[in-house]
Amino acid sequence: MSDRFPLDLTVNGQRHQVDVPVYHTLLDFLRDDLGLTGTKECCVVGECGACTVIVDGRTVNSCLMLAVEADGCEVITVEGLAVDGKPNPLQRAFLDHGSAQCGFCIPGQLMSAQGLLMENPHPTAEDVHEALAGNLCRCAGYEQITEAVLAAAEEVAP
Amino acid sequence: MTIEAIGTSYARTGGLERVTGAQQYLADIKVNDVLQVKLVTVPCARARIISIDTSAAAALPGVRLVVTADDLPQPVPRFGPHAEDRPVIAVGRVNYHGEPVAAVAAETKEIAEAAARLVEVEYEELPAVVTVDAALAPDAFLVQDPAIRRPDDPLAETNMFSEHRFGWGEVEAAAAEADLIVENTYEYPMVTQFAIEPHGCIAAPDGDGIVVWSTIQHPFQLQKILAKVLGMPLAKVRVIAPDLGGGFGGKQWPNVQPLCAFMALKAGRPVRLVMTLEEAFQAVRRTSAKVHIRTGVKKDGSLAFEDIVSNFLVGAYADIADRVVSKGNYLAAGPYNVPAVRIIARGVLSNTPPATAMRGFGVPETAWAREMNLDDCALALGIDRLEIRLRNLARYQDEFVPGDTPADGRWEQTVQRAAELIDWGEPLPPNCGRGIAVAAKSGPTTGLSYSIVRLLGDGSAIVFSGTSDMGQGARTVFAQIAAEELGVPMEKMAVVMGDTAVVPYDQQTSASRSTVLMGTAVLNACRDIQGQIRSVASRLYGVDEEAITVDRGVVRLPDKELSVVEVAKAGLGKMGGEYVGKGMGRKDAVPGHPLQGTAAFFEFNCTAIEVQVDPGTGELTVLRHVTVGDTGKSLNPMQVRGQDDGAAIQGLGHAMMEHYIFDEHGRVRNLGAIDYRIPTSKDLPLELISEQIENGDGPGPYGAKGVSEGAILCVAPALGAAVRDAIGVAIRDLPLSPERVWRAMRDGK
Repeated sequence: MSDRFPLDLTVNGQRHQVDVPVYHTLLDFLRDDLGLTGTKECCVVGECGACTVIVDGRTVNSCLMLAVEADGCEVITVEGLAVDGKPNPLQRAFLDHGSAQCGFCIPGQLMSAQGLLMENPHPTAEDVHEALAGNLCRCAGYEQITEAVLAAAEEVAP
Repeated sequence: MTIEAIGTSYARTGGLERVTGAQQYLADIKVNDVLQVKLVTVPCARARIISIDTSAAAALPGVRLVVTADDLPQPVPRFGPHAEDRPVIAVGRVNYHGEPVAAVAAETKEIAEAAARLVEVEYEELPAVVTVDAALAPDAFLVQDPAIRRPDDPLAETNMFSEHRFGWGEVEAAAAEADLIVENTYEYPMVTQFAIEPHGCIAAPDGDGIVVWSTIQHPFQLQKILAKVLGMPLAKVRVIAPDLGGGFGGKQWPNVQPLCAFMALKAGRPVRLVMTLEEAFQAVRRTSAKVHIRTGVKKDGSLAFEDIVSNFLVGAYADIADRVVSKGNYLAAGPYNVPAVRIIARGVLSNTPPATAMRGFGVPETAWAREMNLDDCALALGIDRLEIRLRNLARYQDEFVPGDTPADGRWEQTVQRAAELIDWGEPLPPNCGRGIAVAAKSGPTTGLSYSIVRLLGDGSAIVFSGTSDMGQGARTVFAQIAAEELGVPMEKMAVVMGDTAVVPYDQQTSASRSTVLMGTAVLNACRDIQGQIRSVASRLYGVDEEAITVDRGVVRLPDKELSVVEVAKAGLGKMGGEYVGKGMGRKDAVPGHPLQGTAAFFEFNCTAIEVQVDPGTGELTVLRHVTVGDTGKSLNPMQVRGQDDGAAIQGLGHAMMEHYIFDEHGRVRNLGAIDYRIPTSKDLPLELISEQIENGDGPGPYGAKGVSEGAILCVAPALGAAVRDAIGVAIRDLPLSPERVWRAMRDGK
């Protein structure tokens, strides 16, 4: 268990060069090695979406990706969404629409929504449901989450 | 000066942390020098433990502690909210799949997991009971050793944990005079809370006491149970309960926390256990149920009697499930005026994961049976299904359960609004149907909450409350109450929760009580401060106190009005200081009452659903889902909508897709997110409408009632009714999976 790998990657714009255990998932790396606990752990089998992050522009379940696979990549987590220390329009919309109840799934929902808006600045409600279908919310705040994503899209790209 | 905080949809207090990833849930808390815990289980539901060899595990480098029952105080302490029947760790036998028989603490999670696999448990598998029928069979073995039952328990030699009898009137006489009697059996599946945040616990020695962080809805109940099993005074047991990533009832009562506490004390170091989702499935679930119901009606549709026998399947240990059985069945006849009612409700022990509280607390299980059966009556008599409900519905102040709190809302408004929103009575396309159902849940029957509010020298304020915020938004609501009463803007309010060493006692966070009970405590703490401000104003302005009123942020003197904050500031001298208010919210027990107390309020809901059935596959599309609740007063409408939308969709999950499946070893086969489906954004009704009726008739601040459970109560019967309307066949088991619906269409029954 002592095998380590010299990882070199960028997380939220900051470069990290660290030796990580080869068996650490990207999720383990973010939470345990970097202390970025905004990314959440739930099912660990890629079904719940709580651990969603963006790697080189694509959303991934960080529990299914080894940290070593992210070598040389650019990773964005929920901690990287804020702009100049202020919530970005998506985060603001989630607040204003009451989208976060318990909040545990919200980092994952936000990252999937961010990934969607990067690809499709003018989504329909159906597009949002499709893009966020891998993010379980047991509070089932799906309606208010969808409203927030649509409102943020409208604000950013009217 | 007055801040119109009440009824305003403020963004969630704590919302910023939730959208930035800064919110610290249990698993995010860093504790130095912590050991990681892994539990050891055996792969069957019931077994006799012959021996446990921990030597190989203990020898693994990095392992610091391995415990079995032999390493704990003897006899191994047992605990539970209802009966002290659950051992801290399995003693001699395993009673359900997932019950821990040993636990390992190691320097890393990976070492702990490896060591757990090295613990050798020799066991003899025994047959298990996982259904009501098997548990109640005459030759069934006993799930619980009579030695751990109450000494005077007449049911100790059976698998019935309890039998409750409720009712009034003469059922047999009413049956003789009824024009129609409909008799059926309904089953409600075994489902689980599935909070997205895993359950967890961190325990650390703390001087001559202990500090325990946990995902727990009732920190003060955990404190009490830990103090008892550890033999420590309450003052030496500190429980810290970070905001929960969802609870839904599943995080009310302890399960692994006492084990973690013993391990921390034994290791002399902090220990940390974060369950996997699969372990959470084995730790908590909702009661499943088999409900036999006989409903009698007159020709005009008026109810003559309800005769109900409910067998709720609880787990191997009672947890709070017996309360689910009694409370969920007490209102089994529904929010109707029924002249004669007989209810027999049993908690049936089984070798299944311990059933505990879940949103709705036994009401969805009985509402499913009662509302479906009422539709049978309506259809047989040729009476409209909405009409039969309105005919029998309790009206405002009707004592629909004799001796209990009368109906506390104008419930017909709720039902009529739901009917309007679903276009009741309008024609439908083929393969479509509508259903409507009602249910009421009793709020808390007893309760005690204290709050402290501090109005600080700069005009900001802090509310201290022992309520747990698990998404229902208690923080926001308490801040709004204090903002309204003290005239302090929301951005200057802080709410401190979740630490038994910091906040005063709160009995529990359950039964949608917090707005009413803790809300009253916060309101009273603010009133306490208002009283102090009145004295200050009297001193500062030379006016008799009798001539001064203080209300909602405003101090009214005979000749002028000032804000509470400006008087407060003026009243503090050079040394500074603050105003400390104390308040209480209380609902007393009623001696001799079957539930130990009357309902503080009712959560009343009407759900109406329009569904389309695919005739080829049995697949359901919910075209429209209407949920209308009676909230008294919605203090934060946006949060209320979140609760109602969420409960409605959670109810659809139970009704359409969720259920545990057991194998021949009594193991749950579909543990975890792959094989146990809950609703996603792709499973939503095409249209979801939630509305609230607000008549200010609740007992809470500003006429509020509790709101968080109403919208889940009667989703299943509304959907079942809509499906029957579409296909002409009643289905009496859940979930209404495509296969079940398809079979019903094929078989015509």
